[in-house]
Amino acid sequence: MQCDHCGERPAAIHLTQIVNNSVTTLHLCEACAAEKGVQTGASVAKFPLSDFLASMGKGAAGALPATTDDTPCGFCGATLKDFRDAGRLGCPHCYASFERHLRDLLRRLHGSSQHVGEVYLPPEAAAAVSGAPAGRGHLGELRDQLRRAVEAENFELAAELRDQIRVLDDH
Amino acid sequence: MTIDLSLLPDGGISWADASGPDGHIVLSTRIRLARNLQATVFTTRARDQDRERIREQVVGASREAKSLADAAVFRVEGLDRADRQLLYERHLISKELAGLEAGGAVRPGAALVLGGDIGVMVNEEDHLRMQSLHSGFALQRAYAALERLDGELGARLPFAFHPEFGYLTACPTNAGTGLRASVLIHLPGLVLTKEIAKVLQGLSQVGLTFRGLYGEGSEVVGNFFQLSNQTTLGKSEEELLDHLGKIVRQVIEYEEQARQVLLRDAPSVIEDKVWRAYGLLRYARSLSFEETMNLLSGVRLGVGLNLIKDLGVYTLNKLMIFTQPAHLAYVAGRALADPDLAIARATFVRRSLEDEAGRIRPQAN
Repeated sequence: MQCDHCGERPAAIHLTQIVNNSVTTLHLCEACAAEKGVQTGASVAKFPLSDFLASMGKGAAGALPATTDDTPCGFCGATLKDFRDAGRLGCPHCYASFERHLRDLLRRLHGSSQHVGEVYLPPEAAAAVSGAPAGRGHLGELRDQLRRAVEAENFELAAELRDQIRVLDDH
Repeated sequence: MTIDLSLLPDGGISWADASGPDGHIVLSTRIRLARNLQATVFTTRARDQDRERIREQVVGASREAKSLADAAVFRVEGLDRADRQLLYERHLISKELAGLEAGGAVRPGAALVLGGDIGVMVNEEDHLRMQSLHSGFALQRAYAALERLDGELGARLPFAFHPEFGYLTACPTNAGTGLRASVLIHLPGLVLTKEIAKVLQGLSQVGLTFRGLYGEGSEVVGNFFQLSNQTTLGKSEEELLDHLGKIVRQVIEYEEQARQVLLRDAPSVIEDKVWRAYGLLRYARSLSFEETMNLLSGVRLGVGLNLIKDLGVYTLNKLMIFTQPAHLAYVAGRALADPDLAIARATFVRRSLEDEAGRIRPQAN
């Protein structure tokens, strides 16, 4: 059987599709299938994204730019090399210690480094901010305003809001 | 120590009772939130005494949380391997925390807090992995329960949080919301019509991923796929759940479409396939786990297409859980290895189906 696409090479991949409730089968040679971005079920099942994800921590850490900077985290003593080897950071403080590298990495992993979800106020900080109950969501309004300011490219307001949020967070 | 499973709230398997929305296609919905304590070394780098302190703090806070009022608390180190395997087979503990990974051992300080459909793994990769497990396609319900627990624990424990990066996690792949939601979905129609590869490829293009029955690193068996969000940062919790929900809804529609196509274009083939699967399960004398899962997939499809009537999806779900090695050993009261294990499995399946068999008759043509 010849390839439906080029009509030259023998068909090796038989693609069954459901379009508008009817089944069509496309017979393609390997080259045309690859060109159309068709992966066979077997190859997909053999290399599931889960494997990719499972190794992502490590792989992602490995993707950090090579750096001669071996300054350890001031809190736990872990270095970027440790992260690259283990795929895990040493402690929460590592995010501040390796801020620049991690920001790049987070952007590559998630497409963004800016958290826009629930904002959290730890118990002690909550006690310091008069009347604010501990827990999540209480800075949400400020965060929303910040997001809107950034979207509207009002960077002056955004900087101001950001400072306010930092003050609350640093408590 | 041996766990008395009857003491677990709902036996720990209410998530499999098929009562939830779209229960014939979606087995369960699971959401987890990763959290860590401020100014505390992450679990894998922590010393034993650090992890012990973390365990005390988290278990202490859990005891005060209303969401966990009836919860059972386990020190994982105190459980024998069979019990850890049992909890793992019920999807209540991760392989890592249970110390069941190849060459792995239980990490000192590892603990498990188990409420009915909600729980906390302590000293997993992150200090806390809160999880909520629900029957069927129930993202909102599962998240509501988890959000409540997160609020209760977050008011008692100082979680590590950064204004830019959000909740801080040991692996940057989980930072931000720390939220991973997964829907365990049965897609035999898409597999049989060979549409599955395309669907799975499409998922990665919309920021979702798939795994096997047991989550990360596990293989796909019995046409069960866990669909989940790939990224955790840059989108709010609601956006992540909404996006996953929309895509899963679409996948359910594709699956239903595929089933209708199969039924229309190849009814006798499908009918033969599902009844063969049923026949093998009903009469086989020795079954491997993989074969059992594949046959259960066929029977489940038959039930979904209404070809096999009067067989409950819950019965099939329970069979998926109870035909695993630790569960069969639990029923037998002793450790089992093949060929005894495969024989015990076939016996268990046969007896379960016998109970319902009187009511099941092939449709007359």
